[in-house]
Amino acid sequence: MKITLHVWRQKSAKDRGDFETHRLDDVSADSSFLEMLDQLNDGLVEQGREPVAFDHDCREGICGACGMVINGYAHGPRALTTACQLHMREFGDGDEIWIEPWRAKAFPVIKDLAVDRSAFDRIIGAGGYVSVNTGSAPDANEIAIPKKIADQAMDAATCIGCGACVAACPNASAMLFTSAKVSHLGMLPQGQVERFDRVRNMVAQHDAEGFGGCTNHGECEAACPKGISLEWIARMNRDFLKAMVAERDTVSAR
Amino acid sequence: MELRSNAPEGPIETAWERHRFDMKLVNPANKRKFTVLVVGTGLAGGSAAATLAELGYNVKAFCFQDSPRRAHSIAAQGGINAAKNYQGDGDSIYRLFYDTVKGGDFRSRERNVYRLAQLSVEIIDQAAAQGVPFAREYGGLLANRSFGGAQVSRTFYARGQTGQQLLLGCYQALSRQIDAGNVEMHARTEMLELIVDNGRARGIVTRDLLTGKIDTHFGDAVILATGGYGNAYFLSTNAMGSNATAAWRAHRKGALFANPCYTQIHPTCIPVHGTHQSKLTLMSESLRNDGRVWVPKKKEDCGKDPRKIPESDRDYYLERKYPAFGNLVPRDIASRSAKEVCDEGRGVGPEVDGRRLGVYLDFADAIERLGEDAVRDRYGNLFEMYERITDENPYKTPMRIYPAVHYTMGGLWVDYNLQSTIPGLFVLGEANFSDHGANRLGASALMQGLADGYFVIPYTLGNYLGHHGREILANTVDASSASTKAAVGDVEARIEKLLGIGGKKSPDHFHRRLGQIMWDKCGMARNKAGLEEALVEIPKLREEFYSNLAVPGSGDDFNQTLVKATRVADFLEIGELMVRDALNREESAGGHFREEHQTPEGEARRDDENFTYVAAWEFNGVGVEPTLHKEQLEFEYVKLTQRSYK
Repeated sequence: MKITLHVWRQKSAKDRGDFETHRLDDVSADSSFLEMLDQLNDGLVEQGREPVAFDHDCREGICGACGMVINGYAHGPRALTTACQLHMREFGDGDEIWIEPWRAKAFPVIKDLAVDRSAFDRIIGAGGYVSVNTGSAPDANEIAIPKKIADQAMDAATCIGCGACVAACPNASAMLFTSAKVSHLGMLPQGQVERFDRVRNMVAQHDAEGFGGCTNHGECEAACPKGISLEWIARMNRDFLKAMVAERDTVSAR
Repeated sequence: MELRSNAPEGPIETAWERHRFDMKLVNPANKRKFTVLVVGTGLAGGSAAATLAELGYNVKAFCFQDSPRRAHSIAAQGGINAAKNYQGDGDSIYRLFYDTVKGGDFRSRERNVYRLAQLSVEIIDQAAAQGVPFAREYGGLLANRSFGGAQVSRTFYARGQTGQQLLLGCYQALSRQIDAGNVEMHARTEMLELIVDNGRARGIVTRDLLTGKIDTHFGDAVILATGGYGNAYFLSTNAMGSNATAAWRAHRKGALFANPCYTQIHPTCIPVHGTHQSKLTLMSESLRNDGRVWVPKKKEDCGKDPRKIPESDRDYYLERKYPAFGNLVPRDIASRSAKEVCDEGRGVGPEVDGRRLGVYLDFADAIERLGEDAVRDRYGNLFEMYERITDENPYKTPMRIYPAVHYTMGGLWVDYNLQSTIPGLFVLGEANFSDHGANRLGASALMQGLADGYFVIPYTLGNYLGHHGREILANTVDASSASTKAAVGDVEARIEKLLGIGGKKSPDHFHRRLGQIMWDKCGMARNKAGLEEALVEIPKLREEFYSNLAVPGSGDDFNQTLVKATRVADFLEIGELMVRDALNREESAGGHFREEHQTPEGEARRDDENFTYVAAWEFNGVGVEPTLHKEQLEFEYVKLTQRSYK
């Protein structure tokens, strides 16, 4: 198939950036979207031009490295699919495709389509864990967990940290990402001890990074390639409220 | 050079316990004085970095990804083995040990494997305490499944995302230490050289992938946990960024490389779609629990709609050849059998380069027996992934699968303490060679990575520093040391060289061609003639690489082509070593199948008399024949037998 690409090119965070147009004449419908970009890049390199920078690694939809806005949609038009798992058969012969980086203040552009998502690591570092040193664990079956709770915790834990939720949100909020971890751990018995510290500290870090607040647009849930539910944000808000009011005296400030 | 395993003698059951008692300790106040560099932050490196920081060491950790959460451990699907015997179905530490040695075709070190089996139970405890959401039964206790041909249910899992959940548990523990200031994390940073001073590993030279800045980091020990070298084949189930550079650079600095020819080809991957294919996707082996593998009996049926091929014209070749294990034979056997039927011209699926490389994995019987809902319950996410990639619905038409490079059992040689032949350089996880012999069993990679990182290195590193710490602290290594200057100079020269070739072809172009040589001549089946051809072709390709490589842009910004070129340059060297090792090993064992060495039924034939050793290679220069050192393997507990799955 033949396609026309309008790809965002930006040398660095300081550069203004603009779209650059390329035509590809023999794209296989069975190629993945990133294989199509490889094809573009191989051609550019062989012409001595700099290829389009983009993050990618596992190409199985699990590492969360890839992410780009394709025709206005984070990760492209197919639901529950990362950019690396999107295939060219989703597009038609002769289509024009617009490709942009995640756009958010807290995700500065590094180059072209690659952005800096280290803010997510700092949010996890603020409390997205259970403080258990290696070697101090009891036998795994001493903690029984109702299957339903374990399954729900798993639903929340499947977040891949790609940042599509931020890119899709009109407020560039990372509440879906933050709430997924708060909920995963907050639902399990192992996470109870630090539950209210965790939510308070992670939300504080979220705000400090420059992400916006949630105003219930729901764009994040629609864009999430892993189907992380908005319900986690509601659950996080309840925990946050408890942490700030009912549990205020037990929560330690960071 | 004499290779000593340093494994404790005496009864195997108490070996690790006695060894731990014999090891020196570093007292808590002194731990602060030591800095440890950890390269790679997957399951092995991440767990090591977190644990060492918890113990009080200063840790500097490095990964090339933008975050430690993205290491390729994350893609492991099926599960993690542990000898908990929660199911009461006859499992034990001894059985897991035995199965692992046998599964590895008797080419691993017994004492290492026994320790791995012992530690497996602690891993599950640790992960559960971290909040890893393992699958559970209705009573709230942990669920298990049988995996990869094991006759007991010892595999713990979190849907089809066990690697993801274990890695996130470990990443969270690491994040906690980073936040506390105990770990200095360097993401998007690649190790390009090892600094060896006074005979000890003391530092690394890194390149910041965003700014191109070449930097040095010094420590009192260096830990490599940088994964395997499967991407030497270009197409594999590894991540695009997975590379062998750190391990290869250590090898060039004196660390012996063991058993490089042992590569695992995973039987259930989605077949290649065409020439622009960039990587292969694994479908979990658990599919073989309910799927039936077949090809048409007649070549002329291969292009037909599989649903229209009558039962009598199908060849369920695994069930036919291996009635006892059927579709659940170990990975190497399943892979080779698929290759055989495709080589006979009975492969299915679309033709790529004039050949059909694929076999059917059919769920029709399972759907009839269990119902579509039950099958969806078990494999729904895998079926969806398959459909997304191939545009075919596996509920209606059989899946097509073909083997793909998945894991490398070989790696840097280490002793029982996970120390390489360079004192102070420790190697963990897939990057070392230690525990899987010639073939790794399913759900054992996660187990080994975490055992090494959480439970072995915290002790053995302490022992090393306890013995040599004072000497190391007294011998300062910094930017002005001759060893540092040489290492930095070498890195700068390499980068300059790659940028200055000014040729016409991308790094991927050369990588693909290397991959083709490796796959054709050092893949699922190898023979002398082919390997000898590869030994001519690889150096030629390397020469072409250094005369016709194109790397646009500069060395001082985010230049992904340059990064790729540095990695391909090293793959072009390691590929040659893999071929040499395959040529040397005149037997078939596990993932290494030499066509000259097979039984009349076409099964792998080992030569225990002459090849019960670890082949550890010493680097003598690019294009120069390496020196072979042998570590003889002793089997006191496991009886060497011909593996039989009939």
